[in-house]
Amino acid sequence: MIDLVFAPLYRVLELWYWLMIQLHGLTGMEILDPSFTFLYRAILMGLCIGVMAPLIGTYLVHRRLALIGDALAHTAFAGVAVGLFVNAVLDFGISPYLTAVVVAMIAALAIELISEATDVYNDVSMAIVLSTGFALGSTLISLNAGGLSVGIDQYLFGNLSTVAPFDAVVLLALCLVVVATVVVARNQLLYVTFDETAAAVSGIPVNWYNRLLVVLTALVVVGAMQILGVILVAAMLVVPVAGATQLARSFTESILIAVVLAELAVVLGIAVAYYGGATGGPVIVLVAVGLYVVAAVLGKLGDELTDSSAPETDAIEG
Amino acid sequence: MTMPHTTAAPDATDVTPDATDATPDATTHPDPVIDLSTVTFGYTATPVLEDVSLAVDPGEYAAVVGPNGSGKSTLLKIVLGLVTPDAGSARLFGEPSRSFDNGARIGYVPQHADAAVGMPITVREVVKMGRFPHVGVRGLSDADWDVVDAAIETVGMAGFATRRIGELSGGQRQRAFIARALAGEADLLVLDEPTVGVDVESVEAFYDLLDALNEDGMTIVLIEHDLGAVTDHAERVVCLNRTVRFDGPTEAFLGSDAFARAFGATVGGIERAASGDASGGGDASGDDDASFERTAASGGDRE
Repeated sequence: MIDLVFAPLYRVLELWYWLMIQLHGLTGMEILDPSFTFLYRAILMGLCIGVMAPLIGTYLVHRRLALIGDALAHTAFAGVAVGLFVNAVLDFGISPYLTAVVVAMIAALAIELISEATDVYNDVSMAIVLSTGFALGSTLISLNAGGLSVGIDQYLFGNLSTVAPFDAVVLLALCLVVVATVVVARNQLLYVTFDETAAAVSGIPVNWYNRLLVVLTALVVVGAMQILGVILVAAMLVVPVAGATQLARSFTESILIAVVLAELAVVLGIAVAYYGGATGGPVIVLVAVGLYVVAAVLGKLGDELTDSSAPETDAIEG
Repeated sequence: MTMPHTTAAPDATDVTPDATDATPDATTHPDPVIDLSTVTFGYTATPVLEDVSLAVDPGEYAAVVGPNGSGKSTLLKIVLGLVTPDAGSARLFGEPSRSFDNGARIGYVPQHADAAVGMPITVREVVKMGRFPHVGVRGLSDADWDVVDAAIETVGMAGFATRRIGELSGGQRQRAFIARALAGEADLLVLDEPTVGVDVESVEAFYDLLDALNEDGMTIVLIEHDLGAVTDHAERVVCLNRTVRFDGPTEAFLGSDAFARAFGATVGGIERAASGDASGGGDASGDDDASFERTAASGGDRE
């Protein structure tokens, strides 16, 4: 069953390799050398993250939920620790990413349900969830210090070179699910984001869309963790969106600009990291922040130039 | 219009024969748009609303007035089904408000501070949301966009259609929200202090627009603290301060001192009435209070 779903995605992956090899043939860039297929996969995963993180992040940022990505990333870290712990103690072969998804989704729904019960999203509860997740993860890992601490860096900071074909295919599937869900629910998500009360009046089940959004966030966070690492994964949800907000006039435009900024950060970041011999995730985030600064400056300049031409309001037609 | 059932309390000696008027011909209107029956609600143990009964029939134009903290906004939330009453029942178009989900029948204009105005979103995108109850998960058709553009045109914002909502003045932004409600082509328009922050000329034009919509058969309920605007335009005034202090035609309200009672001793010349009767009335049931205000209203007319 799972093979049936993933088979076409493996074909996509093959096609991607072929495209990269063609690109290498054209440009001769060292980074695209066919002997580094792990980098091909890392680039593909980076591009997927560059689509879905700012897509979800746009709704989060404008709901003032920028912190939730951080909170979920740290609970996902606890999930990774749970997976590693269970594997070590009980001799299971469960993927730590799977336990990370489960734990992050539970945390996401917990945050959402707390906020529904108290009527506010408060950063205090998110800070508590964040700390709990990280503390729990660290504790579990310290209990297994012998075998586990070796591999933990890859979850904390991400690692471009450990990306297996299966990981790439899973992320590709995840990306399709997230994008398709947002495309279907875009009207409702927009209304709930902009004006929750009016959305509720218009018959939208606001709480369900909020739950959907946090669950999608949990998926994106865990998906992006492998490349970016726990500590920086939230940056891709927030930084490109913040940059796009400076430049965009319309909401549609802001999503498109955020995706473009994120993709630029991914591509430039991976290239810089490769040639500079640095870790990929942090460099991607630094590039994203650099792009944000450029966007903020451009946005300010744009405001100065356009604000003089205010149109007139017409009379209200009674 | 419906007045609550009146049962004379022992201490309500001022209740006069016209208390019988308090049970009017509501039964001749089969389906009120809004029907609140003995609604009580509190966020804490202290009720914000107590024993409020109110029915609004199709085509009515009613204004809810009252001082800050009088429960106006809470009343609106109950009417719209955003909040469930602790006691009593709330119905919208004959269905329980809480489970009513035909958003296409309600146009809602929030207090403008409520929305995320920092978002990069254009006036047209905001007004577009008014069509969402009609289109669901589909995109807007050309006909939907025509409705959107016509609504923008109606509120005189055509020149601002592609502007970011955050760049607008308070009044312009409010026009956009009104356009969004219009784009929904609803049967009932509910407005929560719609003219806060709107310039004077626009307020006048805005009320003219509401008049025109009402003439076309739309039911309008608004919360307003600008009494001048209300009394010039609304047919019916509901004065609220935890309980319904007055409910009747605008002319009767103008002649009464119900406003001063509900708002406390803030209006010159009637401090005595406000401090004496209003505080006493707070302990009595809302029904008695409402009829009492009616008495006061007719007394005011004679003077």
